[in-house]
Amino acid sequence: MSRILVIAEHAAGKLNPSTAKVVACARAIGGEVEVAVLAADGAAVAAQCATLEGVSRVLQVDHPANEHPLAAVLAPQVAALAAGAGHVLGPSTTFGRDLMPRVAALVKAPQLSEVMAVESPRRFRRPVYAGNAVVTVEVAEGRQVVCTVRTASFEAVGSAAASAPVDQRSVEFSPPAHTRFVSVSAAASDRPDLQTAARVVSGGRALGSAEKFQLIYSLADKLGAAVGASRAAVDAGYAPNELQVGQTGKIISPTLYVAVGISGAIQHVTGMKDSGVIVAINKDAEAPIFEIADYGLVGDLFALLPEIETLLAS
Amino acid sequence: MQKIMVCVKRVIDYNVRVRVKPDGSGVVTEGVKMSINPFDEIALEEALRLREQGAATEVIAISLGPDDTQQQLRTALAMGADRAILVRHDAQADPATAAAAFMALVSKEGAELVLLGKQAIDDDACQTGQRLAALWDRPQASAASKIEVVGQSLRVTREVDAGLEVNEIDLPGVVTVDLRLNEPRYVKLPDIMKAKKKPLEVTDLAALGVEMDEPVTVLKWEPPPQRTKGIMVKDAAELVSALKQKGLV
Ligand SMILES: Cc1cc2nc3c(=O)[nH]c(=O)nc-3n(C[C@H](O)[C@H](O)[C@H](O)COP(=O)(O)OP(=O)(O)OC[C@H]3O[C@@H](n4cnc5c(N)ncnc54)[C@H](O)[C@@H]3O)c2cc1C
Repeated sequence: MSRILVIAEHAAGKLNPSTAKVVACARAIGGEVEVAVLAADGAAVAAQCATLEGVSRVLQVDHPANEHPLAAVLAPQVAALAAGAGHVLGPSTTFGRDLMPRVAALVKAPQLSEVMAVESPRRFRRPVYAGNAVVTVEVAEGRQVVCTVRTASFEAVGSAAASAPVDQRSVEFSPPAHTRFVSVSAAASDRPDLQTAARVVSGGRALGSAEKFQLIYSLADKLGAAVGASRAAVDAGYAPNELQVGQTGKIISPTLYVAVGISGAIQHVTGMKDSGVIVAINKDAEAPIFEIADYGLVGDLFALLPEIETLLAS
Repeated sequence: MQKIMVCVKRVIDYNVRVRVKPDGSGVVTEGVKMSINPFDEIALEEALRLREQGAATEVIAISLGPDDTQQQLRTALAMGADRAILVRHDAQADPATAAAAFMALVSKEGAELVLLGKQAIDDDACQTGQRLAALWDRPQASAASKIEVVGQSLRVTREVDAGLEVNEIDLPGVVTVDLRLNEPRYVKLPDIMKAKKKPLEVTDLAALGVEMDEPVTVLKWEPPPQRTKGIMVKDAAELVSALKQKGLV
């Protein structure tokens, strides 16, 4: 059976939930699923990977240079681990988007980006043109395939009855000195994570200021929801960049998505149209967002949001 | 820095509503406005600013694409690039081919920095910059929202899922840019006139010694699954009760 290598994403000893979705894609391809954990000390993350349903083995590669996920440092190690694997998969998060093409170039393989469906081990579907079209692509026999997996399209695998074995691996490589990690702004928040939350409330340009954007946080807190934003809201400084939903931001599929004062540009819609139920609140009855909303409410958000909060409490 | 190369891709303008052809062979391009990929335009703007600050002496716009891509390269020249090189290629190119072509140009010209968009809005592949960095065996910094020159290095702020990450990379290297890096300048009429006189060289993959390796075939193009339009509720009370009934809140 062919080997499928999944590259785990993690930070601060915690496995990113995207990995369980990439494993789901790997299982759909069919093969022996190995998960690689590259870290300074990957024991805790490897243990989390070992409990994912369908994982045959975890490869733990500890190296001091793997403290931070720098593509130039990780790619040669992944390329070494990928020898003999039929497929090499990573999440289509900023981590995977940064790393996987560098791996693909090193192993001289084609990469399929944002894989949304597996039709066979050679045949996949992926969106192009900001989701305005979907292509079915086929990779020639005998070629290794690198993919980034569109996590919004796959259900995370559950946990396995028995843990998979964890192998310690060491990879011969000299870490390049030309790339150095300086810092990351860890936006410490006790709110649900945008990429995995069951409910999301997003605000757009209509909010008008960072102060008024607090209305979105307030409704989100009432709903136990994560907060999202349109590009216009992020560009204007009402919300930080990591909250952007869309073609160039996060692509999510919560059970409930509430779009407030967002017009529904294609670049935004591509990031949220797989949501279970979409609610749109907009004062313009002609706004394109209503074309895809399950529930549309026309009106002034500044009047409606406080009213909705009161109704939710009653 | 002596030379900055900026990769510029010709794509359907981002304002066009892209449609799949009824026979599933591709998207409609006849009579459709074509432009520089918006991310690449930002990359070019950044290169021009670096030159204007004295951090670089020459900005070269490069592209892989059909002959008509000369239009986009002329726009790049009008924005302020010093010269342009087109690697003529009629088929839709795979990112691997694009990276190989740009690698050949980098070797030939000896660039110290390559700037390009983090993705192209046609294939949304997000690969070319990282592939180029791997072929070059040089650093990469993807999705940049700020670039500072620090001696022979760059300090790059990157937009990542967690927020903002800062990396330092030694030159030569590759930086892919995100939308918030800058706002590209408008092209003025005299600049368009001046651009006509700037050098635009046309070459091809064979002349550069690039061998194509494209093992991926597109079998079918389809429009995306459509969501059906739902219902309009009359007020907040109706919305909240509908959501409560569905167990969503
Ligand atoms: C290459 C590229 C990539 C992009 N990527 C993304 C992306 O990832 N994500 C993204 O979101 N965008 C992206 N965009 C931008 C996108 O095209 C739109 O410009 C953006 O989504 C608009 O944001 P908005 O809906 O908040 O603002 P607008 O389009 O200005 O809409 C504001 C809406 O608020 C409504 N409104 C105003 N006042 C009120 C009120 N008091 N009460 C209720 N409603 C009100 C208006 O009727 C309007 O519909 C991208 C664009 C490009 C070119």
